[in-house]
Amino acid sequence: MSKKNSEYLINRKDNQYEVVIGLEVHAQVLSESKLFSTSATKFGAEPNTQVSLVDAAFPGMLPVINEFCVKQAIKTGIGLNAKINKRSVFDRKNYFYADLPQGYQISQFKDPIVGEGKVILDMPNGQKEVGIERLHLEQDAGKSIHDLDPQNTFVDLNRSGVALMEIVSKPDLRSPDEVNSYIKKLRSIMRYLGTCDGNMQEGSLRADVNVSVRPKGSKEFGTRCEIKNVNSIKFMQMAIEYEANRQVDLMEEGKTIDQETRLFDTKKNETRSMRSKEDAHDYRYFPDPDLLPLEVSEKFIEELRNDIPELPDDKKRRFIEEFKLSPYEANILVSDIDTAKYFEEVVTKMGKNKDIKLAVNWITGELFAILNSKGLEISQSPVSAKNFAILINLIKNGTISGKIAKTVFELMIDGDKDPQKIVEEKGLKQQSDPKALESLIDKIINDNREKAIEYKQGKEKLFGFFVGQAMKASGGKANPQLINEILKKKL
Amino acid sequence: MSDITKQSLTELVENIKNKKLSSTEVTKAFIDRSEKSEELNAYITNDFTSAVDKAKKFDQKPNLDLKLPGIPMAVKDLFCTKNIKTTAGSKILNNFVPTYESTVTENIWNEGAILLGKLNCDEFAMGSSNETSFFGNVQNPIDKDLVPGGSSGGSASAVAGQLTPITIGTDTGGSIRQPASFTGIVGLKPTYGSCSRYGIVAFASSLDQAGPMGQNVKDCALLHEVISSYDPKDSTSIDFKRNHFSKELTNNIKGKKIGIPKEYRVDGMPKEIEDLWQKGIQYIKDCGAETIDISLPNTSYALPTYYIVAPAEASSNLARYDGVKYGFRAKGENLIDMYEKTRSEGFGTEVQRRIMIGTYVLSSGYYDAYYLKAQKVRKLIKNDFDDVYKKIDAILTPSAPSSAFKIGEKTNDPVSMYLNDIFTVPVNLAGLPAISIPAGHDSNGYPLGLQIIGKAFDEQNILNIAYAMEEKINFKNKITDWWIK
Repeated sequence: MSKKNSEYLINRKDNQYEVVIGLEVHAQVLSESKLFSTSATKFGAEPNTQVSLVDAAFPGMLPVINEFCVKQAIKTGIGLNAKINKRSVFDRKNYFYADLPQGYQISQFKDPIVGEGKVILDMPNGQKEVGIERLHLEQDAGKSIHDLDPQNTFVDLNRSGVALMEIVSKPDLRSPDEVNSYIKKLRSIMRYLGTCDGNMQEGSLRADVNVSVRPKGSKEFGTRCEIKNVNSIKFMQMAIEYEANRQVDLMEEGKTIDQETRLFDTKKNETRSMRSKEDAHDYRYFPDPDLLPLEVSEKFIEELRNDIPELPDDKKRRFIEEFKLSPYEANILVSDIDTAKYFEEVVTKMGKNKDIKLAVNWITGELFAILNSKGLEISQSPVSAKNFAILINLIKNGTISGKIAKTVFELMIDGDKDPQKIVEEKGLKQQSDPKALESLIDKIINDNREKAIEYKQGKEKLFGFFVGQAMKASGGKANPQLINEILKKKL
Repeated sequence: MSDITKQSLTELVENIKNKKLSSTEVTKAFIDRSEKSEELNAYITNDFTSAVDKAKKFDQKPNLDLKLPGIPMAVKDLFCTKNIKTTAGSKILNNFVPTYESTVTENIWNEGAILLGKLNCDEFAMGSSNETSFFGNVQNPIDKDLVPGGSSGGSASAVAGQLTPITIGTDTGGSIRQPASFTGIVGLKPTYGSCSRYGIVAFASSLDQAGPMGQNVKDCALLHEVISSYDPKDSTSIDFKRNHFSKELTNNIKGKKIGIPKEYRVDGMPKEIEDLWQKGIQYIKDCGAETIDISLPNTSYALPTYYIVAPAEASSNLARYDGVKYGFRAKGENLIDMYEKTRSEGFGTEVQRRIMIGTYVLSSGYYDAYYLKAQKVRKLIKNDFDDVYKKIDAILTPSAPSSAFKIGEKTNDPVSMYLNDIFTVPVNLAGLPAISIPAGHDSNGYPLGLQIIGKAFDEQNILNIAYAMEEKINFKNKITDWWIK
């Protein structure tokens, strides 16, 4: 494998292969109730406690569209810079399975609610645009549980009927890294919009990954394989790497690649054939006669458009302009909405005389480290943005040194304490009184005469020794800048 | 007591309101006659004991402002009724007891009516003779071993045989109108979207409509007024201003323009039917209305179109009967085996045939040639009606191409059976309202019906035309009580 010019290519003897990837992401709509029923959608509820007669497909039960889910899909479409279709149609996708009570899934086949759009990825060597083919609304199925009993399969219908958005990309992705970036970007956009919580552990975001390979420079697409239902970015990357290499090996051996659906075995790190094209289901799609075509007005869409918050790309642009951040820093801060919120709150709370650069360094440094070690999200930060801002201001105005600030920060964590109070109570205030520092330094020079002489004779390294002594004598509280100035003068 | 069951719904309501009859008397009279009528096999499930209790309770504190005060009523077993077994005439739902009530029946009970029981019907409403029911044939009260028509055969038989004062059926391709015609009663198929489909076991969602079946037009107008309502639980229910059909009913149809479509004069149609139609035209004229020859050029495509659209929807609607959640389940080696055995044993031949047809026409490679084309033709059929309705108010046709036939006569010839729906299916495809009224007898003395087709949401108009014609026709059903022991 080579990553020359950050290009992801697979090398075999004299041949180089490019990997072409397209994703079908299934994102659970953030909604209190299901797509066509009023049942709750809470994760982790007792099995079969969030199931209505509609979800369980009792005779004579009819679906009624949840307007909120429609709004969520349209907002997501707007976030993906996509065309919103004023008329869309719900179709039935027919197949039998124990956890599919209706015997069909209500989905959108020919006329999705959202058409073509695009997403911008920030890759190490620049930006990359990934096309969105479409976004459609559909129902989730229930869950079959095979491992609770040797004889029986249990079915939990809590998920049955939950609203999903299927977001289909164009085959524009070329490497596992781009896939990583793409998923994170989608997740970020949807979390900004509040349309999907993006929680992969809970299955709110999963993807079918389409992979094909072709000789470098070729314009034709190779035969693709679809890897079904991968539920983490890491697994997606592993699956792509395995699958691309498998396909390249077949090509190298002069064999053909069969278009098929495959499964990724996370334990063995390999993909396995699930069903071939010949065995593919005939889903017998047709418009659901229980539902009228979904029609939305321009006004309806415009109202939602006006409701769209600032999205990551715009926020990044603004951070760079307004706060003079580097694109790299801006990226880190905007990629997660809660980080961006925290940062902006810190900026506000710092008031007029603020040091934004310092705040950014502290957020991405000390704060992230603490969150990481404690396994917390920034929304659960033990230090509030308000107290964090006070801490940064204390450093900025010279009340405490950066070093002391780290001590203070550690003390803040327990119960979100006010750093001002900690500094006062523990007497950590920086010594910035020149007279006091001068007498302190006079004493040190006096006590270390010989070293002072050596320094004057040209042993400049000893300057650090004097600084160290002064800091030590002050209990770390001396203003290092003043110490420097005074020492230079006195020595 | 026997004369109680001869009374029309309107008379019974009046007599209960005037306190000449109690609900208990009326209810017991119909139960008594129903019990003596087992040979008709009109009921699948009866609820007689609790019906009497409910009637007594009603009489203790009668609310006479209701539209159906203490009126007993049996309903087609396609309507889900809370805590009462609902089978849709199928083995696969033989043990199914809903925990919920259909909107249409809910509306009926809310107006004071009392459930007598659930009436036999073709399995999942698929049939034109009530012979596909898992619970056996229904006898036509007109004569022994005569089919009552279908799929609402039990409903038609129960009204004609006076086992219930009135009832509701469902009509997907003629399932109210054809049995009404076969048994000498009135049946109204409302505009699609007029009555909620919530809680009705689905056959073909884009065609199914519930409607009243009664002894006369006025009874049907009254019941329709009760069952027609906007229901947010059905996305295809339409919110429009509904008439007080029974109050606004008038026999004054002077100046109305009634179309006579030439395409309904089909090859091989018995002369009796043609004569009946001509008589109908004369009645229309006698009422002071005008008849106009019209053309509905795509009529001949309606039947094949229907037999693609309806099975397609049915094949998907019936997928839920898989033995997993409720209903009949056969033992199987694994999931697929269980599905196959459950559905092979649980569904009858006709239902299986339609599932197969529907599955086929939706299959990739056939979808465009069948389903998609049928949808396009359906639109053309609707356009035909839209065109003629620019110059006329309603259309008059026969209800069925024949009178009732013998049980077993057509069971081995599905196509000949399907031909029974030839005059009724265009109406369902176009979503229009239509009413069948008894208009004469054939040489055997079997009833024959005429159909009046209206504009969408124009039920009042066709009820008025039917009401005016009914008066002129003065039809008397020949019921001999041959089945009563």
